[in-house]
Amino acid sequence: MLVLITYDVNTTTSAGRKRLAKVSKKCLDYGQRVQNSVFECIVDSTQFRRLKYELEELIDEETDSLRFYNLGDKYKSKVEHVGAKGSYDMEGPLIL
Amino acid sequence: MKKLLNTLFVTIPDAYLSLDGENIVVKSEEETLARYPLHNLEAVCTFGYAGVSPALMGACATRNIALTFMTRNGRFLARVIGEDRGNVVLRKEQYRISDDERRSALVARNMILGKIFNSKWILERATRDYPLRVDVDRIKRVTASLSDAMKLVRNVEDLEVLRGLEGTSAVQYNSVFDDLILQQKEHFSFNGRSKRPPLDHVNALLSFAYTLLATDVKAALEAVGLDAYVGFLHRDRPGRASLALDMMEELRGVYADRMVLSLINKKIINHKGFYMKENGAVLMDDETRKQVLKAWQERKQEKIIHPFLHEKISWGLVPYAQALLLARYIRGDLDEYPPFLWK
Repeated sequence: MLVLITYDVNTTTSAGRKRLAKVSKKCLDYGQRVQNSVFECIVDSTQFRRLKYELEELIDEETDSLRFYNLGDKYKSKVEHVGAKGSYDMEGPLIL
Repeated sequence: MKKLLNTLFVTIPDAYLSLDGENIVVKSEEETLARYPLHNLEAVCTFGYAGVSPALMGACATRNIALTFMTRNGRFLARVIGEDRGNVVLRKEQYRISDDERRSALVARNMILGKIFNSKWILERATRDYPLRVDVDRIKRVTASLSDAMKLVRNVEDLEVLRGLEGTSAVQYNSVFDDLILQQKEHFSFNGRSKRPPLDHVNALLSFAYTLLATDVKAALEAVGLDAYVGFLHRDRPGRASLALDMMEELRGVYADRMVLSLINKKIINHKGFYMKENGAVLMDDETRKQVLKAWQERKQEKIIHPFLHEKISWGLVPYAQALLLARYIRGDLDEYPPFLWK
């Protein structure tokens, strides 16, 4: 399934900036960055739970937030891209 | 059944592959071309020369991602395998069967049965779909003799006899394979199999498709814990993945040959995408090779009902399903190895 992850991490402190880097690194492990703090991850339900848990461990719930949008398996009809830097299709042929 | 994951093909010559976190990163001239999370991949196949970082090799090996190196022209070079896993008990039984010619023959004959059955139905299907464009009588004669061969194969307990029957059936099938090419006849014709090097367009396509199939089958066998290098019909030879070659017999036709035919018949590729070397070897250009890889990947996504498991799986999982069934047979859970019989 496709999960869209967005986050807000408070970067007014240096600890916050550190958290931001960690959160984006973790998201990158699981999917592709489609906009600055927006990631698309193709995961199964186990991987999703792990990812969610790992992200929750990283953030500070007082100041930061995470949003997960579960778009399911038939996500292709639900996503439309306009403008620069389109994403790649992780489930289509990957030929470089 | 497990999920079919994606395969990454890297055809850029100087691409360097490395690991970053949980991502595979593809670089060319210091520029990052792509990055993909490893958990979405089950195989990586590279045609470049710049190589792969040891860290990525390790990551692929531990995650059971089949990392394969090919030459620019699509010949198999090497493959990365990690620490041997799988099941020792299963593998030892595999070796025992392989050492025993009669027991080997019992498995091999089912694989050959599968091969002949599938060849027959590829031909039958052509007579049904294109009765006015193919020489139906000629093809029917071949399918009739393939049916006879199947009856004989069913009772063979000797590997030499089996090889003989396999050989004559292959000759029969090849003799009408050219009839199945319906388009672009002036540039694509099949006059017998040539390999190392392939000497015409059709053979170049077949060779490439078989290499792709071989990498998939090898990975599938290892995923279920079998040793791809210890075969039943194909005897031991250092460096030869004999069991993979055995299992390919039943899949070549339905998997590779049919894709090659549709590439030609649907005019997805044309003769301009090939070139000939001084020694007569016919090779594909980069664009054509990409088209073949794309078709290969798309076919793997198509869903079928597995004829033995009665389960809906993608074509790409057929080698895995067959490897699973073979492991079950070796373990004693099945009385016979059920080959993939596609109609």
